[in-house]
Formats: sequence, structure tokens, C-alpha cells
Amino acid sequence: MNIIVLVKHAFVSEFRPGIRADGKALEKKKLVYEMNDWDRYALEEAIKLKEQKGAEVLVVSVGEDCENTLRQCFALGADRAIKIPFDSIDSWQIAEVISGVIKTEKFNLILAGFQSQDLNNALVGPILAGMLNLPYATAVTSITFEDDEIRVRRELEAGFQEEDTLPLPCLLTVQTGINKPRYAPVKGILKAKTKEIKEVSAKPTSSTFEVKKLHFPAIKKANIIEGLSEEVSTKLIAILKDRGLL
Amino acid sequence: MHIFAVAEHRKGELAPISFELLNLANSIKGSGKSNAIVISKSTTAFAGQLAKYADKVWAIEDEAFENYNPESYIDAIFEMLRGREPALLLIGDTSFGREFAPCLAVKLSAPVQTDVVGVDLSDGVNISRYISQGKVMIDMKLRKSMFYVLTVRQKVFKNGPEVRGNIEVVKAKNTIVPKRRFVKYIEPEVGEVDISKEDVLVTVGRGIGDFSKMKIVEELAKLIGGVVAGSRPIIDYGWLPKDRQVGISGKVVNPKLYLGLGVSGASQHVMGMNGSELIIAINKNPEAPIFEVAHYCVIGNILEIVPAIINKLG
Repeated sequence: MNIIVLVKHAFVSEFRPGIRADGKALEKKKLVYEMNDWDRYALEEAIKLKEQKGAEVLVVSVGEDCENTLRQCFALGADRAIKIPFDSIDSWQIAEVISGVIKTEKFNLILAGFQSQDLNNALVGPILAGMLNLPYATAVTSITFEDDEIRVRRELEAGFQEEDTLPLPCLLTVQTGINKPRYAPVKGILKAKTKEIKEVSAKPTSSTFEVKKLHFPAIKKANIIEGLSEEVSTKLIAILKDRGLL
Repeated sequence: MHIFAVAEHRKGELAPISFELLNLANSIKGSGKSNAIVISKSTTAFAGQLAKYADKVWAIEDEAFENYNPESYIDAIFEMLRGREPALLLIGDTSFGREFAPCLAVKLSAPVQTDVVGVDLSDGVNISRYISQGKVMIDMKLRKSMFYVLTVRQKVFKNGPEVRGNIEVVKAKNTIVPKRRFVKYIEPEVGEVDISKEDVLVTVGRGIGDFSKMKIVEELAKLIGGVVAGSRPIIDYGWLPKDRQVGISGKVVNPKLYLGLGVSGASQHVMGMNGSELIIAINKNPEAPIFEVAHYCVIGNILEIVPAIINKLG
């Protein structure tokens, strides 16, 4: 079996990023990048399948600076890696270049994270499925192989899930929590340094949007409590007592 | 430009987002019309409810539409829209809309954006959405096109006037046999506590750091008569069972007290707790989006503050 995993070298969103003076982009220099959280789960799912059934795992990433993430994928067990050196925040263009590049690759299954931790679009997977005319499912929480089809569960609202079957080839985007992503073994990390990353350039058509402005949403904070834990805890207990909660 | 809102329903009930999409459609339609599209095995009841808020309801009815399937939905909507351009499609930013909207956009060659919180049609199609987990807002203008596809965040466009339109039943020719097959719905697991019925919830987020610290949270919950719940990462780590997850994909809660410990406030979490009577959030990051909905914003370290409270109450 051949599995393609789409991975993104994404910026960490825990703290507020800076905005460039012209307001058209983020200040890239100050951002810290890592492998997109959702993609760690997608890769783990592929590596598990490789261990259980035997498979070749090809990881594909789009971006000028995605080597570190691809090396991490090698360390975790990926067999081959393709880098498409192209930067864009337009998911349509990203899906377009991926679709062009993987057309010459053999695959039975494409796995991707449900969304990226930095732009939170959840678009590349289903757009790519559309471009390649593949059956697909998103926000997948379990994958089981049965003869020539795949049985998945996908996350709905309020704790509900849906079970579906799909033929191969197909594309699945996975939700966090589908598995427990492993840590890279030391041997893997060392081997990853010498593996070859294939670079394939691709040109997309024009962008589907124009950025007008980036700005910080005003976070209206009602009552702010700051200070030493001693004082803060006293204040909080007073609030709870006042509300009849203690 | 005409606006088409795709209604959402499950198990015989229309989801509130269906009406929110129509509220948005009515507020931006200008000289165009607001249209609701409902796709189901039987549409009469749904169409009647939707017609209150839409100039026109398109009811697409076929046995094949008993359960949602992205391939048959995409095909049905595509056929219905053919020749009706220019048109803007509004779809809920839900497990349903987020799945089929992008692929429908490919079929329509339409620019597509998800999780949209603002739309302005005064000069082309301009939208706003958050990036970076709610910390930055991006305003953009979509490329000029015959069709546009947007998925719209829930609970943003809650109010709007009634319109009272007509219903047009379209007997859809369901021409495709979808490759993906619906099997069944799986009910949520039922645990010993139902967090949606509790008065006091102590909700833990990623900021707790490691599993060993869950002990102090349990202790605090006991002291204030509450139950421990978690945000998505805590459930993903396996530190709490799935039925303790607060959020759109877990449980929507409205307790008397929601105490958030190291919860940053991803939108899907906030939409599941912002109706709580009293929200106190403790987080060391002053930009945590949870502070937007908190009544008391405590900027500090939970690993120092929680033990201090326990100390005083214990």
C-alpha cells in the first residue's frame, strides 16, 4: 500500500504574533514553527498502518522552510519526502500545487490533519479531494481496513459520531485524539539527517483572495485580577462567597 | 447578488445555524434575494420553518437524501445552482459544512473561505475571519467569480427579522451513486456524570502542563462542590474521558460557575460554555481568547493560585 501524508510546517499559535507594518502579513521572523499538531496524528496513523500492513509512507509539504518538519517525519518513520518550495496562505493554491505534484505518485490513501494550527482553515484536504475527484471524509476519529474498503468514524457535534465506508483510493483528514503520536526514537533522528528530501517546484494559478488588512481583535476584558497568588486567591474566594457559590 | 443558505438538520430537526445563515443573508442581500436550500428525504416541515426567514426556499427532495452524504449534497446543490450565478453560498461552519463546502467550491470553481465572522458586499465580496486561534483577524477580498462559497461561524448572526417567502419544491434528480456510504450514527458515550447538568464546573486546559497536576484540580473541585471537565487537548491526552469535554464537539454547558484553569479558549470551546452564569478564567497569557467571555479574568499561574485557594478552603 502507498500512503501520502500531507504535513505543514506551521507556526505556533499560543501567543499573539506580530503584524507587519503595512498590515498585509504577519511578521514572519518572530514566528516559531513546528510540525502542525493535527498532522502529527495523521502521520502516526500512517506509520501504524505501515507497521500493521506494510506500506510506503510519502510525506509532502508545501513551503520554503519546511525541511525541519519533513526531517521530523523521517525520524518518525516516513520513507520518502517531497518538498514543494512555495509560500502562500491561500489553501486553494496549496491544494493546487500538491495535486500537480502527486499526480505522478502511486497512492491508495491520502491522510492529512483536519486543520492547521496557524490558519485554522481546514481547507486543503477537502479541496484536494475535489481536485483529484477522490471520495473523502473529514475530522476522522478512527480508521479500520476491511478487504477493499475503509471504515471510518468522523466527529460530529455534541459527542455524536458518524460511521461511513469509503473505497480506496480516498482522502481522510484526521482529528486530534485519533491516536497517541509517538516520539521519535534517537536512531530515527540520526537517520533522518541523511535522508533525501526531493524538491519539486510547482506554480499555482492566481490567488483566490487579496489580503486587505490584518488586525488584532480587541479582547474586551471585564474584570481583571492580577497580583500575588495569595491576594488573588483571597479575591476569588470572596467572589464565590458573594455569589452564594461557597 | 442572490444569496443561498444551505440549511442543516439532523434527526428531524433544523440546526440553529440554518436561521443564522438566513439572518446574515437578509442583512447583506441588498437588491438580491435570500434563498434557503434544504435537502432531505422529506422537506415539507423544514421548508415551512425556513420560509419565515427567506425570500424563497428551495426544497430538494429525494429518498437518497435520507442521510447527509457529501457527494450527493454537492451534486444536488451544483445542479440546483447551475445558471443562477452570480451567487454567494452560505453554509454552516460545522462538521457538515466544513466537510462538503470546500469540495463544492472546487466543482463551482468558486473562492472558498471557512469560519467566516463578517461579510461585506458593498465592493465585491469581502470577508473577515480569525487566524492563529483567534488572536488575529484577517480581512480579505475574494477574487471576482461567478460563485462564492463561505462557511459561517455559529452563533455570530443570531438575530434577524422575519421575511416570509415562497417555497419551491425541486424534485432533485439524484444522478450519482456516492462512493462513500453512510453506515450509522454513533451516540455519545454516557459516563457517570453529565457535565451539562452540573452547577459548578472546574474546566482544565492545556495550561495545566502535566497529568500529575490533575490531582490539585480534583481537590479544588471537591472543595467547591464541582465536577472536573476539560478542553479538547485534555481529552485527547486521555486525562479525562470524552464525556467530560466542553465544546461544540463535546458538550454545551451553562453552569452557575465555570472556572477555567489554563483554558485558552479555542472558538469551538467558547461556543460550548459562553452561556455560563459566572465565568472565571485563570490563564497566564493575557491574550487568551477565553478572557473575551470571562466575567473575571485572572492573569496568573494556575499552579500557584489553585494551591493557594485549596490552602484557604481546606
